[in-house]
Amino acid sequence: MAKQKFKWDDPFLFNNQLDEEERMVRDMAHRFCQEKLMPGITEANRHENFDRNNMNQMGEMGFLGITIPEKYGGAEMSYVAYGLVAREVERVDSGYRSAMSVQSSLVMHPINTYGTEEQKQKYLPKLASGEWIGCFGLTEPNHGSDPGSMETRAKKVDGGWILHGSKTWITNSPIADVFIVWAKASTNNRIRGFILDKGMKGLSAPKIEGKFSLRASITGEIVMDEVFVPDENLMPNVEGLKGPFGCLNKARFGIAWGALGAAEFCWHASRQYTLDRPQFGRPLAANQLIQLKLANMMTEITLGLQGVLQVGRLMDEDKSTPEMISLVKRNSCGKALEIARHARDMHGGNGIADEYHVIRHVMNLEAVNTYEGTHDIHALILGRAQTGIQAFSA
Amino acid sequence: MKIVVCVKVVPDSAATLVAENGQPSWGDAPLVINPWDEYAVEAALNMGGDVTVISMGDESAKEATKHALAMGCNEAILISDPALSTIDTQGTAKVLAAAIQKIGDVDMVFFGKQAIDGDSGITPAQTARVLGYPALTLASSIEVDGSNVKVERSIEEGSQTVSAALPAVFSLVKEYGEPRYPSFMGIRKASRAQVPVWDLAELGIEAPTPAVTIEGIENPPARDVSIEMIEGGSPTEIAEKLADKIMAEKIL
Repeated sequence: MAKQKFKWDDPFLFNNQLDEEERMVRDMAHRFCQEKLMPGITEANRHENFDRNNMNQMGEMGFLGITIPEKYGGAEMSYVAYGLVAREVERVDSGYRSAMSVQSSLVMHPINTYGTEEQKQKYLPKLASGEWIGCFGLTEPNHGSDPGSMETRAKKVDGGWILHGSKTWITNSPIADVFIVWAKASTNNRIRGFILDKGMKGLSAPKIEGKFSLRASITGEIVMDEVFVPDENLMPNVEGLKGPFGCLNKARFGIAWGALGAAEFCWHASRQYTLDRPQFGRPLAANQLIQLKLANMMTEITLGLQGVLQVGRLMDEDKSTPEMISLVKRNSCGKALEIARHARDMHGGNGIADEYHVIRHVMNLEAVNTYEGTHDIHALILGRAQTGIQAFSA
Repeated sequence: MKIVVCVKVVPDSAATLVAENGQPSWGDAPLVINPWDEYAVEAALNMGGDVTVISMGDESAKEATKHALAMGCNEAILISDPALSTIDTQGTAKVLAAAIQKIGDVDMVFFGKQAIDGDSGITPAQTARVLGYPALTLASSIEVDGSNVKVERSIEEGSQTVSAALPAVFSLVKEYGEPRYPSFMGIRKASRAQVPVWDLAELGIEAPTPAVTIEGIENPPARDVSIEMIEGGSPTEIAEKLADKIMAEKIL
């Protein structure tokens, strides 16, 4: 038996913990992302272009709604497969992964879980193919971490509901065909989920300009001025915050994997850069300060991957809890951001040029660390889970 | 239409190949389907028939067949026998031909133009010879019309259009068009597929005697390289100096 050799880029033999199907998914996703998404990312980020064609391509590949049943156009794969794809997409750019996560976890997942059969048949296949783009409206200008205090209202009227209010920081909203909007119902003051279609009277989605993060992904508001939404567009099977939180859990799981993909890019790039660049007559990588940073990157990514894989396995066995997802979302994002910042530093002056990509990952991960539950809010969830005391409000 | 596509497993193109104790070694670099063979699979799938992928090699060659299954091939067969470990291209052609004959009534046989490990590029033609089929190599487009086929070949001199009667053997070049990615549905099917293994007894043939024997494999000697920067006041002056240098060194 040959002695096991240490693999610097896979210290704990993560690859051996995947089954054949998962390895094939990872390889396919890696290749697609490197061949089709990577070549255009610098320009897309520099000029703040969201290439609509990327969504069609991702749809064609089956990346939209990976866990959704095949009969609705999904790939019906595991959560681990979803995570592996998210990691590969975000190795290229967090903005592309965001677009994929929103479509899959925040739009297709609620329709599949809380929607009627008619809603599933109407929306899911076109969202899976990328023909339609979806967005998810929960956050409001005055309510970020505290969505329970939302101001958007749904007033019951004959044959439907009148929605009034506004949502902000909504990925994909300016180009969306389908809007999942959460609003408080006038009937019982409980949060309900509605599916709005582009073109409904009173519905608009202005773009947010001047974003210095996730520039290859489009972000906007959702403004609803007395929008009439017919009864058949209400998702009947959920009430209360558990509706949006159920979606966010799935998306946060994808983020936990994706952020590690971005971190891996930064780690590998820093290793190569410091090996290739001589200063004072020897490679930068010969310096202890550089090696310490590389060792930290290797350690955090290796441990992080074990965590997300285990949470994925538990999700596939239906044994996961929101706290587990908070733990990995918080850990992956915080660590990835730190790794990206160090990578920027290790690239010296070149680290601020977008052709080296690390500055783009730094900027992106600033948003990824904040959205879908900030680093601190997830700490409070974990604090509550072990003390029994909630520290969110006085 | 019955179609066979022949694929090979090779070390990843990023792998560093070195000779170790007279044997080629690529360390622990991953094994992948020969990139040229993906064009062959793409062409085979576009013909609209029943596509069987075959590969010769040890257990690791299954990876290549699984990739082809994930791209959409219907069935896979692995040809494996300890007696085949030192086989040359002519022997490979005989074994592949025996397998193709065993599958029976095959109309089209596809290969990539060459494998990126041995890079000989002659197995497709040799297999055609054994089968007695026309060899339509370096194909960049294929048009089937009933029992005839018209092929455009990408050759050094330009392009050449040839036609032949089926059955025939084809080797594909990248001008044919980009191979598809494996699909999720294909991956699911491929990961569950049991790939049957045929040995020489199953094919009813003896191990072919190699026509070529390899005396030894060695690393190329390290080259002594020196770099000289040619400087000058204008691009014309630099070009003139470079031309003189090239002539003086008898490079041209």
